[in-house]
Amino acid sequence: MAEGRGEGQAPALQLLSVRGLEVSFATDRGPARVLDGISLEIAAGEVVGLVGESGCGKTTLARAILGVLPAGAACVHAGEIVFQGRDLLREPPDVVNDRVRGRAITFIPQDPFSSFNPVFSVGTQLMDLMKWKSPRRQGGDGGTHWPALLQGYPRARYRADRESVLDVLRAAQIPEPERALGRLPHEFSGGQRQRLMIAMALLPRPDLIIADEPTTALDVTIQAQILRLLRQLVKERGVSVLFTTHDLGTAHEICDRIVVMYAGQEMESAPTEAFFRRPAHPYTRRLLESLPSADGVIRDIPGEVPSLIDPPSGCRFHPRCDYVTAACRAFLPEAYDVGPAHDVRCHHPLAAAAGSVT
Amino acid sequence: MSGAWFVLTRVARDRSALLGLVLILGLVIVAVGAPLFATHPEDVFELHPAKRLRAPSAEAWLGTDRMGSDIYSRLLFGARITIVIGVIAVGASLIIGVPLGLIAGYYQNWFSDLLMRVSDVFLAVPQVVLAIAIAQTLGPSLPNVILALSVTYWPWFARIVYAETRSLQKEVFIESTAALGASPWRLTALHVLPNIVSPIIVRASIGMGFTILTAAALGFLGLGPPPPTPEWGRTIAEAREFLPDAWWYALAPGLAIFLTVMGFNLLGDGLRDVLDPRLRRGRSASDG
Amino acid sequence: MRLLALALHRLLWFVPTLLGLLVVTFVISRVIPADPVALVAGETATPAQVDALRHQLGYDRPLLVQFVSYVGHLVRGDLGTSLYTTRPIADDLAARLPATIELTLVAMVVSVVVGIPLGVLCAVRRNSLLDHALRVVTVSGLAIASFWLGIMLQLLFAMRLGWTPLNGRLTGFPPHGITGLLLVDSVLTWDGAAFGNALAHLALPAATLAVPALATLVRFTRAGVLDVMQSNFVLYERAMGLPRSVIVWKYVLRNALTSTVTQMGLLFGILLAGAVVTEAVFDWPGIGTYAVNSIIRSDYNAVMGFTVWAGAIFILVNLLVDVAHTLIDPRERTV
Repeated sequence: MAEGRGEGQAPALQLLSVRGLEVSFATDRGPARVLDGISLEIAAGEVVGLVGESGCGKTTLARAILGVLPAGAACVHAGEIVFQGRDLLREPPDVVNDRVRGRAITFIPQDPFSSFNPVFSVGTQLMDLMKWKSPRRQGGDGGTHWPALLQGYPRARYRADRESVLDVLRAAQIPEPERALGRLPHEFSGGQRQRLMIAMALLPRPDLIIADEPTTALDVTIQAQILRLLRQLVKERGVSVLFTTHDLGTAHEICDRIVVMYAGQEMESAPTEAFFRRPAHPYTRRLLESLPSADGVIRDIPGEVPSLIDPPSGCRFHPRCDYVTAACRAFLPEAYDVGPAHDVRCHHPLAAAAGSVT
Repeated sequence: MSGAWFVLTRVARDRSALLGLVLILGLVIVAVGAPLFATHPEDVFELHPAKRLRAPSAEAWLGTDRMGSDIYSRLLFGARITIVIGVIAVGASLIIGVPLGLIAGYYQNWFSDLLMRVSDVFLAVPQVVLAIAIAQTLGPSLPNVILALSVTYWPWFARIVYAETRSLQKEVFIESTAALGASPWRLTALHVLPNIVSPIIVRASIGMGFTILTAAALGFLGLGPPPPTPEWGRTIAEAREFLPDAWWYALAPGLAIFLTVMGFNLLGDGLRDVLDPRLRRGRSASDG
Repeated sequence: MRLLALALHRLLWFVPTLLGLLVVTFVISRVIPADPVALVAGETATPAQVDALRHQLGYDRPLLVQFVSYVGHLVRGDLGTSLYTTRPIADDLAARLPATIELTLVAMVVSVVVGIPLGVLCAVRRNSLLDHALRVVTVSGLAIASFWLGIMLQLLFAMRLGWTPLNGRLTGFPPHGITGLLLVDSVLTWDGAAFGNALAHLALPAATLAVPALATLVRFTRAGVLDVMQSNFVLYERAMGLPRSVIVWKYVLRNALTSTVTQMGLLFGILLAGAVVTEAVFDWPGIGTYAVNSIIRSDYNAVMGFTVWAGAIFILVNLLVDVAHTLIDPRERTV
């Protein structure tokens, strides 16, 4: 949503700037356009929520930014992913793997149960991460010409790193950090494992964390705890977060700004309060209405999720929209500026007063 | 039936499975048409000592053996033996194993335990070891080889069927349908059989290859059909003493075995690739 | 402590299965044949001798009594007496055991050292030229009759090229026997010539034996690695930018190996089953040759003795592999 930015920061200062990204997946019935020209910006120190229904492409975008799309099935057609001024799609892959992945950009996966390697202790996995991604590691840590498997871990750095690990474990409220290092992943509960994941995501001192639905797999009772912990830790350190979720309540809890996705495109991007009070996109309004409300009436969004293999023409939401016009069917809307840092991809953005909900 | 067509078309797309199918069809054609393709069909029984151990020539395409018989013709008739052994042994194992597995899985009593213990024995000990014991006891002959192979292979089928039937037993709907008075056989036919067809087919095709190899080993050891039956394994044993001069004598039957087993293995692999994703991937042994 | 409990639990499986084996061999040797005594007596015995033997051996007693006595003998390690050597079969087997062990061990080491890395490479470079080539090679390896392969190798390397000896285990004097394993003994006694000689003799038989085992190991490792590569934790490791070689050779391999250990038992089965015919081809003075010679000589007791012994070994190995699997997969330990 670069165009139409009013008083927002100039694009060059954005930490991450995704522009017009198109990613398709090969299926039996033809290529599915999972990301269909999506654009997204994240500023330094900002927690951005990416909201959308299942299958709208949130996880794909997360994986695309990290560069870990399934090699055979996924294909990046067009677009840029500009991180700290450089397009990740066009940089040399080993540089990206070494300096960006796990270092400047880290990851918190959705499923803490299966994201740990089950046969290695937590300590081994943490220290291995530090071996390669510790902020103390110099680019050529004495011996990069050795194959990765044979490279050693300098004593002094190991000890210092281990202290950092223990510090972060304490910050993440892991009980008995020293003993925890020796334990296997399955000895921890789901909530504890996700705290470990958060710790691992913070250790390399990243600039951006991609958190892919990190609380979805957890018990509802622990979700709030984890969310608060995550927000506290990233705010303390000034780390940006791209937080994907299908749950608006979660987004409200933790995010500074919310972006709504639909059919592989961003529909609306707004600061949290504006998002909830003055939604400008009909889809956003429908989403907010479908939240469980006091009167107990369930308001679904009529219609079905569109096919990604053969998406609707023009605006992707038009088959389900109350305000559809001929223009909507014919032309894909650009992003319009409807307020401070508030963009909408719609031909007829809702008037602020009319669309007000809580 | 549409299921079968689906499988066939998917298999046809896999080139190596297709090659396997071609090899097997080749084997069948050769075996069935042996009298037609053989240049000296009478050599299966007749001896021509004067012509023994001749090198391959226009008259004897693969040379002659120690009795002067045409190796090529005997090889073709040997294909018949191979197919008979393979099909009947695996078929019998299937016919014994599947019902036993069904019964054991359905009734879940002392019989099931006993059956599984016995199966464990046959699954732990390689087929060849027990087959030797059986063949030695009964004496070398074609029926005895088939018997020995069937007796040692049925547990593979029983185990698959038992596991499937047992897991189905746990489904609640079985209990309720039974309570309503449905007969156990009807239940079985409707619910268990469709689920076991795929693994049985895969197991049968993979089993053919290994059974043929074991049969050849028995023949090599002298426990197979006695002369003049042109069984491939026995032919190799006969050929040993004439190495290195009459090398074609030992080479030919071995190649025949190789192509045959290769065919079944390739087809089996292809079938497994097509059918397996639809079933729980039982990481079963590489087989025997 | 927990481990001990688990091991004991597995042991419980061992006993009934072993008993099952004895039932099977008993049925084969005494129930199926028309006249079991005639088989034991040999082809040259007269009917009078056979009758006398029947009573002497107790084959005229009720089957159940015979079975109890049968089990009793076996439990004491009495596998019967060989008709041909007239020695206890257990002694015959024990004497020939080291030769078979040495051959099997060498073949296993070769299979593992070559097979596992190849399997990993195939998985990592899926659908590459290497992968396809190896797929053809492994399928072929499983389709070759090992006795025929042995003969062909002999033909080429021993007869035609003269690079290796034709058969046997050693030419000349063996090193001073400590373990019975020629390679080990020659190293321990610093006998270089014997070592080289033994190795040359081992080359072809071990290669023949290793082929199906290697093929199986490559396929299973490949499948195991591919399976593990799909896991969420591999995705996480990739997303966090760990070097690819570390992910594959440290993390993925270790996970894939837990299932490979189970394959080891299976591997052993393949190797030992192959040893029976392979030893015969190479005149290797081991248990396999003993079995084959017994077949040729219609030494029925020896054949059955071998069957019981080999069967018990396999069941035992299966048990050990089970226990090993428990040890290797840490999840099983604390469940």
